[in-house]
Order: sequence, then structure tokens, then C-alpha cells
Amino acid sequence: MKDSIIMSNNGMKVNTMAKMMAKGETADVLFWVGCAGSFDDRAKKITRAFVKILNHVGINFAVLGTEESCTGDPAKRAGNEFLFQMQAMGNIQVLNGYEVKKIVTTCPHCFNTLKNEYPSLGGEYEVMHHTQFLQQLINEGKLTVEGGVFKGKKITFHDPCYLGRANDVYEAPRALVEKLDAELVEMKRCKSKGLCCGAGGAQMFKEAEPGNKEINVERTEEAIETKADIVAVGCPFCMTMMTDGVKTKNKEEDLKVFDLSELIAQANDL
Amino acid sequence: MGIDNIIFILIAVGAVLLFSKNIKTIARNINLGKDIDLSDNKAERWKKMLMVAVGQSKMVKKPVSGILHIVVYIGFVIINIEVLEIVIDGIFGTHRFFASFLGPFYNVLIFSFEWLALGVLLACVIFLIRRNVLKINRFGLKEMLGWPKTDANIILIAEILLMGAFLTMNASDYLLQGLNADHYIQAGAFPVSGTLVAPLIDGMSINSLIIVERATWWFHIIGIFAFLNYLPYSKHFHILLAFPNVYFSKLRPKGQFSNMESVQKEVAMMFDPEADPYAAPAEPVGEPERFGVKDVTDLSWKNLMDAYSCTECGRCTQQCPANITGKLLSPRKIMMDTRDRLEEVGKNIDTHGKDYTDGKSLLGDYISEEELWACTTCNACVEACPVGIDPLSIIVDMRRSLIMEDSKAPSELTSMLSNIENNGAPWQFATNDRLNWRDEN
Repeated sequence: MKDSIIMSNNGMKVNTMAKMMAKGETADVLFWVGCAGSFDDRAKKITRAFVKILNHVGINFAVLGTEESCTGDPAKRAGNEFLFQMQAMGNIQVLNGYEVKKIVTTCPHCFNTLKNEYPSLGGEYEVMHHTQFLQQLINEGKLTVEGGVFKGKKITFHDPCYLGRANDVYEAPRALVEKLDAELVEMKRCKSKGLCCGAGGAQMFKEAEPGNKEINVERTEEAIETKADIVAVGCPFCMTMMTDGVKTKNKEEDLKVFDLSELIAQANDL
Repeated sequence: MGIDNIIFILIAVGAVLLFSKNIKTIARNINLGKDIDLSDNKAERWKKMLMVAVGQSKMVKKPVSGILHIVVYIGFVIINIEVLEIVIDGIFGTHRFFASFLGPFYNVLIFSFEWLALGVLLACVIFLIRRNVLKINRFGLKEMLGWPKTDANIILIAEILLMGAFLTMNASDYLLQGLNADHYIQAGAFPVSGTLVAPLIDGMSINSLIIVERATWWFHIIGIFAFLNYLPYSKHFHILLAFPNVYFSKLRPKGQFSNMESVQKEVAMMFDPEADPYAAPAEPVGEPERFGVKDVTDLSWKNLMDAYSCTECGRCTQQCPANITGKLLSPRKIMMDTRDRLEEVGKNIDTHGKDYTDGKSLLGDYISEEELWACTTCNACVEACPVGIDPLSIIVDMRRSLIMEDSKAPSELTSMLSNIENNGAPWQFATNDRLNWRDEN
């Protein structure tokens, strides 16, 4: 093991870009953790699950750590273009300083912003959502998924708006569900017609406007209708909304909410 | 040339002149929008237009209304060949002019027009039933009350009357041909009118049949001229704008929002170590640019073309998560408001001149903050639109105005924004704790 790699308390190997640069090394890929993945307790588990897979495969990756800052997505969707561009320019300086070429992220909002909105501000990278990255590892034979744990289980996938409709990525997450040997069941509204969890466009950070129902409850009811055992998500915000929805409907025993990276980590007993 | 030909020519010329005047007004209104360059990717744009507008690819996502719409759409396009013949006959006093040189193919044409006319007629009847008897939800939402509902019914009834007149005209012609009446040459095949309508008027004298034939002929063509001039006042204008509107629709990934250039300059200066913080600001050139959108004239011409292309089908609103859960937001209403306000601004210019302001604006007087803040930016409305309308870009541009011009936002959003500003995350966590996940379980 290279001595610059930091062993965490729980056996994960996670490098920062700064440490690697100090040692004169470079990472093949930058893992953009995102604010939810860094601070939200539930999302941090997704971050760790994904890192365990990266470690398991032996990917030479690094994170920015304390040098990472919000991509500016919620500011931009809320209408504060000024703050968005300030965040973007700051991040681009850091990313370009490390000569980052390839980024993978577990957050579709970060994914969309980095991939689509940074290039014209001077930040051009190859950006992948972690479901695409995992699918690629499987296709290249670098990662095999043990199906046993989920055999016979029904899994439904909730499309994140910023992965699905916003960027037309519908197949990668579904391919992962199939690798789990589980039965993929679709909700009535799926893929390009998928219903939002209710968190996008900065809604995550505010109460909803007056109405007759919460959006996440509407979506959770649809997930319950599929009689799935698990609703798989690919976004930390969807994770919050769906988990809350399942709680509201008192279905915590029947319907579990997991990120796809967590399911793969569980399947491989990582 | 008889007196009736002269009357026909006068009506036709009048109708076309009036129509072009109204078209010019709409074009002028659309051009009140900000300029954006959409001259890129021509091949891709043509392809999208062929798929979505000509090929109706999004319409059939709802199979019942989609297929019925295709019947009306094909009927409209094909029957226009017949209208061309009617216009020629009207000007020169000929009868079934195309028959003289199309030969047997003319029969094939009339044969297909007959079936299409019946298809259009039935589709419109079903559409009327869906709107008024079955009361399909998306046609009954708040923004559809009043004129929008009447508008839809007028269009459907007009089409039923036009097709009815067309078939009656053919039926009387068919009978007159059978009676070897003068002027009524043997031409055409009448599978529908001959079976369904002709028995109703069979047995009338030649003179009576000629009256029926002439009356329905005139009713049909004057109806078409009237309908043409109704279009600019109606949601039905989509039959013209759907094509350019899809052509100019967004090709970038739907999640990619525009980066505002005006902001880019300022941010670049803040990041420039060479910039002199005490330098006098550059002389402003022209009017200072407004951040975001307050009124229709702040929108781009494409946003305004969107508004005129909207046919109020409500597929956007039906997919909108905010609307589904009872919030005030309806993307269709955003488009209808934009058109209504644009028409108002246009009328103000016509009556009071270019520099008149009525003190009203799209944001506030038509669209409320509550509607704008309910949007999740999920793009469901954009995906659903069969004619390439982007209500989301209007919503976000108005949020930009609320935040950057008026500093108006729900208080939770204000805290979220200041958290990003202060500690680089939407929540109040210290940057130094960003890596804590690594050592936790």
C-alpha cells in the first residue's frame, strides 16, 4: 500500500487530492462527494458504500475533502445565478489546479452541474454518475456482483430527475438492479415520465407551498403499489424524500430505501 | 367571369390580407423578446422537427388523444389540396378543376378526402365528448375556465361544420353527376358522402340540388377563410407555430440551464487578481440590463414563440409534481399568462406607442411568487410538451428576478443561500468537517 493513502478508522482507503499532489502522485478519478454525501447522516452511508466498492475494485481515486465546496446547484435553481457562478469559479480553480480529468459523483445534482454547466465557465471534465461508473466497471469485468442476497426480491428504481429527464440516463441504474439478480419492477410513472421526489429545484431546503399532499408521499404511494421490497435510489435528496415518505406511510418494515451503491456493497458483503 | 367569381376573389383577398396583418402583429410581438442565437445544429433541429412536429412522436405517448389528433392533423394537411382546387374553381368559375388533368388519380384523391373528412368529423365529436361530457381532468383545471374552454369548443364545432359541409357538397355533386346536370362533370369517388349523406337529399330536383351544392360550397370555403382569421386569436394557432417551435426548441441536456453572461463578467472580475477594486466603473452602455425576467419583454423571443405555440392541452400540468399535489403552479398557466400579457403589451404599443408602460408586469400581475417557488425544476413539463415548449426556463428566469433584483425568497431559501456563501454547503456545517464521513460508521 502506498504510504500516502490514508486508512480511515473503519478500514477505508481514502486519499485527498492535496495529499496525493504533495507526494507527486495523481488520481485516475476524482470522487466528488457533494454536500449531502459529506454532511447528511444517511447520505454519508452512501458515500462510504461507494468508497468500499472503489476500494474493493482497487480504483486509484481521491476526494477534494475540505477543498470541496457546493457546486452551486441549489443556488442556481433558486435563481441566485451570481452565487452559483461564484461557487463554480471557485471549484473550477481547484479542479483545474489539480488537473482533474475525470469526475465521478453519487449526486445527480452535482453530476448535472459539473457536466453541463461548468464547461462554458472553463471547467471541462469527463463527469459520470456513480451508477454509470459502476456499470462500466461491471462491463469491463473489474467488478462482479454476487446476486445471492437479493435473489427473489423485488426492487423498483426511482429515477432522479437530474439523472433521468435532465440527462437521459435511464439504463445504467436499471442494469445494476438486474445484476443484483433481483426482479426489477417499474412504478407507473418511470423513466422519462418519472415523478420527482419533490426535492429538486432547491425544494429540499424549504417547506412545500400549500397544497393537498406532499410530493414525496405521492411518489412513495406509487412505490408501495409495486409491492417491491426495496426502492432503489441514485440521489441523496431522493433518499431523504423517499425515506420520509415511507415513514409517513408507516411502511418501514415492508419497503426499504437504499442507494444502488449500498445494494451492490451489500451484495458483495463489503 | 361571373359576379360570383368576383365576390369570391374579394372575399379571398380580404381574408388573406386580414390574416397577414394579424400574423405581422404576432411576429412583432414575438420580436419584442430578447435576441438569442438558435441558428446552430441545423441538421439536428430538422430531425427533431420531423420527429416531434411532423411525426407527432410525443402526441402518441397518450394513445387515445394522440391517434385521434393524428387523424385530424393528416385530415387537415391533405384536405388542403382540395381547398386549393376550391380556390381555383372559385376564381375561374371552373368545376373540379383538378379532375381535368389528374384523370383516375383524381378519384383516388377524392376517395381519400372523403374518408379523412369522416375521420376528422368523428375525432372532433369524440374530442367534444371528452371535454364536455367525460370532463377529462386536464381540460377542467382553473386556468381553463371561461374563454379557453369556449375557444376549444369553437374550434371543434367549426371543424365539424366544415367537414359536414364538405361531405354534403360532395353528396349533392354526386347526385347531380348521376342526373347528368350541366357543368357537373363526372369526376371523383364518393364512398362516404354517397352512402351517408346522399340518401338524405336524394329525390330533390336538379335545381334544389344545385342550391344545396352551391350553398355548402360557399359555406365550406367562407368557413375556411373565417377559421384562418380566427387562428391568430386562438390557441389553435399551434397548427402553424408547432413546426418552427419544435425546430428552435432546446437541444442541450434538459438539466443544463443557461449561464447568465451578464453575471459572468462580474464574477470573472472578482476572480481576477489584476482587477483594481478602486477603479471607476466602466461607462454603462445603454440601459442597464435587468437580472432575470420581470415582464414579457425580458423573455427571449423563443419563450414568446412558446407562448403562441401553446394549445393548452395540459399535458405539462398533468405531469407537474407540484400541480398533482394541489399546489398553485401549473406550467400551462405560465404559458397562457405569458401569451395574455404579451397580447396586452402588444395592444398597448398599438394604441399608445412604443414607449408606453402600463405599470403592470408578467411577474406579480399574472404569475405569483407562490407559483414560482412551487417548482421542483424536474423538467416533466418540458418532456411532456408535444410542441417543444419550455415553461421551466420562464420559471427559473423569474426566480432570478425575484432573488437578484428584489431579494425576495422564502426565508429558508435565504438561509440556504447564505450557508453556501459562508461555508460552501447549503446546510450550516463547517468546511473542515467535510471529510468526517471517512472515520464514521
